Parts: sequence; structure tokens; C-alpha cells
Amino acid sequence: MKVVVDFDLCQSHGLCTQAAPEIFEIRDDGFLYILNETPDDSMKKKLETAVRECPTGAIKLEA
Amino acid sequence: MERIVVVGASLAGLRAVEALRRLGFEGRLTLVGDEPHAPYDRPPLSKQLLRGQWQPERLDLRRGAGLDALDLDLKLGLRAAALDANARRVQLEGGETLDYDGLLIASGCRARKLPFGHGLPGVHVLRTLDDALGLRAALTAAPGPRVCVIGAGFIGLEVAASCRELGLEVHAVEAAALPLAERLGEPVARAVLALHERRGVAMHLGVQVQGLEAEGALHRVRLSSGDVIECEQVVVGIGVKPAVDWLAGTGLDLQDGVLCDAKCMTALSNVAAAGDVARWYNRRYDETMRVEHWTQAVEQANHAAANLLAPAEERTDFAPVPYFWSDQYGLKLQFAGRARAGDAFSVVEGGLEPGEGEEFSRLVGTYRREGKLVGAVAFNRPVQLMGLRREMAAREG
Repeated sequence: MKVVVDFDLCQSHGLCTQAAPEIFEIRDDGFLYILNETPDDSMKKKLETAVRECPTGAIKLEA
Repeated sequence: MERIVVVGASLAGLRAVEALRRLGFEGRLTLVGDEPHAPYDRPPLSKQLLRGQWQPERLDLRRGAGLDALDLDLKLGLRAAALDANARRVQLEGGETLDYDGLLIASGCRARKLPFGHGLPGVHVLRTLDDALGLRAALTAAPGPRVCVIGAGFIGLEVAASCRELGLEVHAVEAAALPLAERLGEPVARAVLALHERRGVAMHLGVQVQGLEAEGALHRVRLSSGDVIECEQVVVGIGVKPAVDWLAGTGLDLQDGVLCDAKCMTALSNVAAAGDVARWYNRRYDETMRVEHWTQAVEQANHAAANLLAPAEERTDFAPVPYFWSDQYGLKLQFAGRARAGDAFSVVEGGLEPGEGEEFSRLVGTYRREGKLVGAVAFNRPVQLMGLRREMAAREG
């Protein structure tokens, strides 16, 4: 599974950092960082929540 | 359950049908929406769309993936007219009927209107894509019009900010002495007001609109203070009312939305509700509430869909920490939790006023009730805000 973020869309709401803190982090510069772009399937549920809750639809999961 | 009908094809309705399919519902699934458009995202209507930065295609909530994969019986441009709860049947405008085993109510809200003025050209509300495109055409027509925004809530202030960014002269009229004070508390509300004043919005506070007249393109907004605002365009942003007229006569409690229990289920069997039409008991706050925000629609639609499919004894409570945001100029205001008058507000980082050379302050603030954290606000500080939301969510109540 690959985590893809469209950084043109991301507005750093930070909901993904709440849904999947293991994968997403917003740093003090205000930008989002992906901590692990290819997490294993145990993260799938949390990542799907992050995708759904992103207010700008910036996150995608690819196979 | 073989047939499920979802009434409302905006964010909550779409996320509900997506969740139902994801959770394995393979039966007939009907999505009814009164607008002709496929589900689209509303927050950009008052911002990127209004300013002409985005075109409508960009608001597509399915991101171009289309609705086909959801295998829906899609009824767009059709309003639900009535519910026969005994027969388990929704009647649409025009007479078509839809039988269901499960029903999810996500019919949302409509813009509230003034008792006068709305028949005049140049008088707008902003709720739908069509509203926004009409308003955009009016705002971007040369020479730029003068605009009067009636109601300085989030929508009104976002419209005012967009108008200023388009270089237009803007007046904002608000009945309350301080806009947003009820939602944000006085100190934060003052900071937002100060931002709009710095950006050149003429604020008229603590006054009522008593009349609205048009003479050709010129509109006159008459205020209770005796002042008269002359402008070419008027935007009425005085809140919304739940779209529950089609539920009349069902015995459901429809006072300020459709009443649900803690599990987002209405008093009718196998009838759930989600989004800003739903008033439900949020156990976390021991309060029956209706929340008109984007994240609520997403979370509640997913929760209500899961509960609708589950046997009654396995349904779970929906007890979120509400979250919303508002973008005004370059300020991202984020809020989590529930604040009300009397909560103790304190600044925990940054400040309410911008420092020298800064356009916006960076603020993290908390609201406490009897010492307990009940709300958090941030200006351009998402990390801290989400940390506080996590802290509130981790607690039982």
C-alpha cells in the first residue's frame, strides 16, 4: 500500500495526523510530512479514515 | 435489509452511500438529491469558487471517480416530498415512490431568508453551487459592485473576505454586538472582527435590517440605527434551517432538525439521520446538538450508515468532538470541541493580536469549564489544535 498526498490540495488541517499519527505529521513549518509512504496493511483502517476525513481530499491510497 | 434509500446527495448523503457499499451492503441503494448536480463540496463556494480561482469541476466530491462504481439508483434534481413511515415509502416530487427497508435522512439545510427583499435582482443567499455561480457572476462583473453582507456569521464573513480579496467595497451588517461571540467567545471573536476591520470591511454591529429597496441596480439597505447602506449586491447570510418539511406528519420530532438518539437513529425503526439535518444526543457533552460542519457530515454519515446496517443491539453511540474551520483572507481558524458563554478562555500560545510586521496572529487558545478542557481554537496552528482535539477525544466525556 502506498500513501500519496497531493500537496497542492493539502491545507494542513491536520485531521490525518489524528486519524493516523504513525503516518502523518505536521511540523512547525506548517507543512504535512509523510513518515512512512509504504505502510503495511495493519494501517489500512486508520489510513482509510484519514482519506475520508481530509477536508480537501488530498490523500490517496494506491495498491 | 434489501432496499436502502438515502435522502440528500451532498456530503453526508454521498459518504453514507459510500460507507454502506464499503460495509458490504449489496442491495438496491437509492440516492435522492434535490439539486441537479452530482455531489459536490460546499466549503469552497464562499472562497475559491466565489473568487474565481476554482471552476465547479474542482468541487466534485468523487474526484472524477464518478458514481457508477457505487451502483446507485440515482435520483438527482428530485426533492423528497413526503415520508409514509408505516408503508416505509418515500414519495418524491412528481409522484414517484421509493419503498425501503432502511432510510437515511441527510436532507441538509436551506438558507434562511429575510422576510423581504429576496425577489429583487441582486439579492443573494449562498448555499448551493447555483447560488455561488450567480453571486460570482454578479461580483466579477465590471465595474465591481459595492456589496452588503447581511449576517456576519462564518458564511457572511467568508463572503466579505472574498469580496475584499476581489477588491470590492464591502459592508457587513450583524444584529449581535460582536460577530461569532457565541461560537468563539469574546476574546477570539474580537480578534476576528479586528482582522476584518484591518482588511477594510465596514462593520455595522448591533443593528437590524429594517428594509431593502432597489432602484435599478442601486440597492438601499435600511438599518435600525437609521443608517442606509447603498450598494449594488446584497448577500444574505443569516443562517440555515433544516430541510425537514418532507418529514411532516410522521410523528418525528422536527424541532430544529430531526431528533435522533445517541446512535443517530430516529424514533422510526430503521430510519437514521446524519449531517446538518440531524439533531442527536451527544453523550460526550450530555447535550442534544445539531452541528452544521463538514467534518460532522463525514463522521456522522459513516457512523449512521454502520448503525443502520447493524442489528439494533450492536449499534454504537456517536460521540465526537466537533471540529470546524473557517478560511478568511490567509487566516485558517480551526476549532474543536464545544464552547459556550461562561467557559474560561486562555491563550496557551501566541496571541490574539498580530505582532509587528505580521498579518495574522498565531494563536492557540483553550476553553475550560470547571477546569475541564471543553474547546480549543487556533489561528494557523494546526498541530497544536489537533493535539488538543486528540486530548479531548481520548477522554470518555
